[in-house]
Amino acid sequence: MRLECAGLGKRYGAQQALDGLTLSLPEFRSLAIIGPSGGGKTTLLRSIAGLERPDTGTLGINGETINFSESSLLEHRRRIGTVFQAYNLFPHLTARENVLLPLVRVHGQPLAEACSIVDGLFERFHLSAHAGQRPAELSGGQQQRVAIVRAIAIRPRFLIFDEPTSALDPEMTAEVLDLIAELRCEGRELILVTHNMGFARQVSDYALFIARGQVLEHGPSTEFFGHPRHPDLSSFLARVLRY
Amino acid sequence: MSLLFAPGPGQPDRTVARALSWALVAAMAAALFTFAFSQLHYGWNWEAIWTYRQKFIQGWLVTLAISAAALVGSLLLGVLTALARRARLLPLRYAAILYVELIRGTPLLVQILILFYVIANAFGFDNRYAAGIITLSLFAGAYLSEMIRSGIESVRDSQLESARAIGLTQWQTYRFVIVPQVMRQLVPPLAGQFASIIKDSSLLSIIAVSEFTLNAQEVNAFTYSTLESYLPLAAGYLLLTLPVSLLGRLLERKFSYAA
Repeated sequence: MRLECAGLGKRYGAQQALDGLTLSLPEFRSLAIIGPSGGGKTTLLRSIAGLERPDTGTLGINGETINFSESSLLEHRRRIGTVFQAYNLFPHLTARENVLLPLVRVHGQPLAEACSIVDGLFERFHLSAHAGQRPAELSGGQQQRVAIVRAIAIRPRFLIFDEPTSALDPEMTAEVLDLIAELRCEGRELILVTHNMGFARQVSDYALFIARGQVLEHGPSTEFFGHPRHPDLSSFLARVLRY
Repeated sequence: MSLLFAPGPGQPDRTVARALSWALVAAMAAALFTFAFSQLHYGWNWEAIWTYRQKFIQGWLVTLAISAAALVGSLLLGVLTALARRARLLPLRYAAILYVELIRGTPLLVQILILFYVIANAFGFDNRYAAGIITLSLFAGAYLSEMIRSGIESVRDSQLESARAIGLTQWQTYRFVIVPQVMRQLVPPLAGQFASIIKDSSLLSIIAVSEFTLNAQEVNAFTYSTLESYLPLAAGYLLLTLPVSLLGRLLERKFSYAA
């Protein structure tokens, strides 16, 4: 997929989250966005996901410019699978119903077909035993896997992960990262914000370093992580990889 | 003694313990009332009351009808007011606030009098039953709207975000995300509020709505048998409010889930 941004700006009160961010990426399949907290990476990701409306600038995905009116954003969001840091499953629905809701109500799948899609995915990702359980009965890792199934069930154009493992302990992190890596191997396109550099390096073919609301460096992952050129990226990587 | 304690975590629920405890509590209440009434030097005259049984039944049915109508009316008003309070149109929002504050800050008695003798009168409206139902609906609706509003506001932002991300429309978000989550915390106070409507309807006797309480007062005036007139009144109200409480508990179980 391709991504172009021109002069993207977004301000929250006194904080300038995106500061005229401009960028044109060559074709990629899996993009990792890294950078310090508060640097703007999540705001960029949320803008791509259609959840945030930038104050200024344009955003193009696969050559298609995003129209930031609410009705086109709704259509835009419906074609993307978004996974959040805190899973955000609906607590009043079972795991199965959580996945069925968008399939049936948003994408108009007949219930029988939707059920077979969900059952197939649960089977594949070893969640069948938990299909009838509500989120509170599931571990964090299981919840996040259900959230990922919810995102892929609708056959999205691409997937977006916003720090998908930040709320998980190491063991559960592994089960979620394994799943994302598996999706990646299937050839699904995805954009990921993460603090887990090892994983970012492994799963992405292209990477982006964002700080102070701007892109400071981008490049193919092997080069980007192996030979960082921008001093801020080198010191950032040195800091996060120290322990 | 262990028969009188609720089961600890993981212990089985014991029917015997529950039955025994209920029996104990009932016996204590019965003993209290038996003692109090036995101290009373009072010439009971149930025959006089029995001849007026039809009046009790009619009054009870009127109370049932008024309460049911006010229940529906107050729920409708409560939902609309809660939504109006969240509206972006400021006059609408302020009208909702004014309504809620006026109603919650004044006695129902005064509201009934003003609505019927001043407002309804000014518009040439003289159906006291309809006026009574409207007043009760307005009264309970104000309280309900605050419960509903706080329920809506308790739905976490992350839930709304998730609803947006999967592409639900605003209407679908209300229907599939907000309402089910609000119901869970709304049912217990809602049941209490509905029981209050039933009891509060007794105040409509002051504008001569021929409901249960007014009829009991009339029987008392005819027979001078005060306790015999009012004890059936208490029983009649319990007959209406207990099912509401029970239904509330059933619904509470239906809508519950761990958050």
